Amino acid sequence: MKSPLALIIAVLTGLIILLGYFIPNPVLSSIRTPLLDWAVILSGVAGLVAIIHLIFGVHWEKVKKQGMQQWFSLVVVVVFLITLIAGLFLEPTNPAFQKVVTYIQTPIESSLLAILAVTLSFSSLKLLQRQRNWMGIVFFVTVIIFLILNSGLLSFTDQIPILRDVLSGLQMIPTAGARGILLGVALGSLATGIRILIGSDRPYNN
Amino acid sequence: MSSIEQVIGFSVVVFFTILVIVFSTKSIRTRFPASFRKIEAINRLKRAIGMAVEDGSRLHISLGSAQLTDPSNASALVGLSTLHRVGQLTSTSDLPPICTSGSGSLLILSQDALKRISVDTNTQAFYDPNHASMAGATPFSYAVGTMESIVDRGVNGNVLIGNFGTEAGLLCETLNKARVSITGSDSITAQSIFYAVTQDTLIGEELYALPAYLAANPTHQASLRVEDVFRMVIGAALIAGSVLKVLGIL
Repeated sequence: MKSPLALIIAVLTGLIILLGYFIPNPVLSSIRTPLLDWAVILSGVAGLVAIIHLIFGVHWEKVKKQGMQQWFSLVVVVVFLITLIAGLFLEPTNPAFQKVVTYIQTPIESSLLAILAVTLSFSSLKLLQRQRNWMGIVFFVTVIIFLILNSGLLSFTDQIPILRDVLSGLQMIPTAGARGILLGVALGSLATGIRILIGSDRPYNN
Repeated sequence: MSSIEQVIGFSVVVFFTILVIVFSTKSIRTRFPASFRKIEAINRLKRAIGMAVEDGSRLHISLGSAQLTDPSNASALVGLSTLHRVGQLTSTSDLPPICTSGSGSLLILSQDALKRISVDTNTQAFYDPNHASMAGATPFSYAVGTMESIVDRGVNGNVLIGNFGTEAGLLCETLNKARVSITGSDSITAQSIFYAVTQDTLIGEELYALPAYLAANPTHQASLRVEDVFRMVIGAALIAGSVLKVLGIL
């Protein structure tokens, strides 16, 4: 059964937050601020729930199964428990705790970034195999042009006024393109927000 | 924000809302039926949905790692609408869709969406809250966890809709092994990575049009029309502004 109460609460809350943003009014502001604080707290609790689900709903279930994955998941569960206990006893702001987390997490994520660089370079080389159309060709040629422009190879053009202006104009094209895309993204975001405000889209279950 | 900006912003929201309501009325929809331009990525998705029902394969929807309290959450909300619609369309399949995300609030909403699909389609027997999971708490752990989910659960079609960063590049390697993968993001970085690495990428506002193309509900189509109206108005304003600037009036 669909509950109108959830819909009414969601729509009213959305309207109050939106009006508080556009209309500087102390009454609206006094309602809006605690509502936003509640949203942040709820988001934090949701994060905790999700981590518990990830560890005990996903990885603990994998630990019970046979196979190589079992051991990876066991490592995740054990490391999570060690981090949790250390965090509870030492507190997250403790420099020793911070150091351990930073020196493990940062190198791992950096190595993933290195893998990403290789993966992307290799995939970009195969671009024309996948996108066999004029947009693919334009994309590929643009990538090559801007790689050359930003590599510093053409730094000598600073001394040649006309060439310098032409290259400077070229450098503005990506900004213009990005603005065009962002305009579409902004309109899409606005439409999504309004659909939720009028109760047409309901990401919450009711 | 200055007072004139506040007035303009408020007016845009009010006009947009009024137009969405007007365009979603039955009389307008029947008198002026919607016509959509062809987007190959969405046609492939429709075919993948049909194939998932026929051969009993699984679809995977990933919502990115935006927090609901972030301004970038709109793309993830579109992902949730897509999840709901894909779930409805594949309700006759033996394998319901799975969903991964990179934030707690999206996990809870995606579990709710899957539950709602099972109630709507009377398939509560197939509902499993573990079909939605938070793959990781940081962008890279989310990417790695999502790759694992895709491989483990025998996914044959992927829809990546939401806020992604450079970690999108890692995901794409796994995506290319599936029969079809549709990608879209509100981030320029992720869009360019998706375009370079995957076959079917939704650019810019195409991402927000996905639920309308899957015929989710009348307001999706109405909001698409209003977006077109506003795009024309903004385009005209930009051109007029440029002309006035060149003429030295502005």
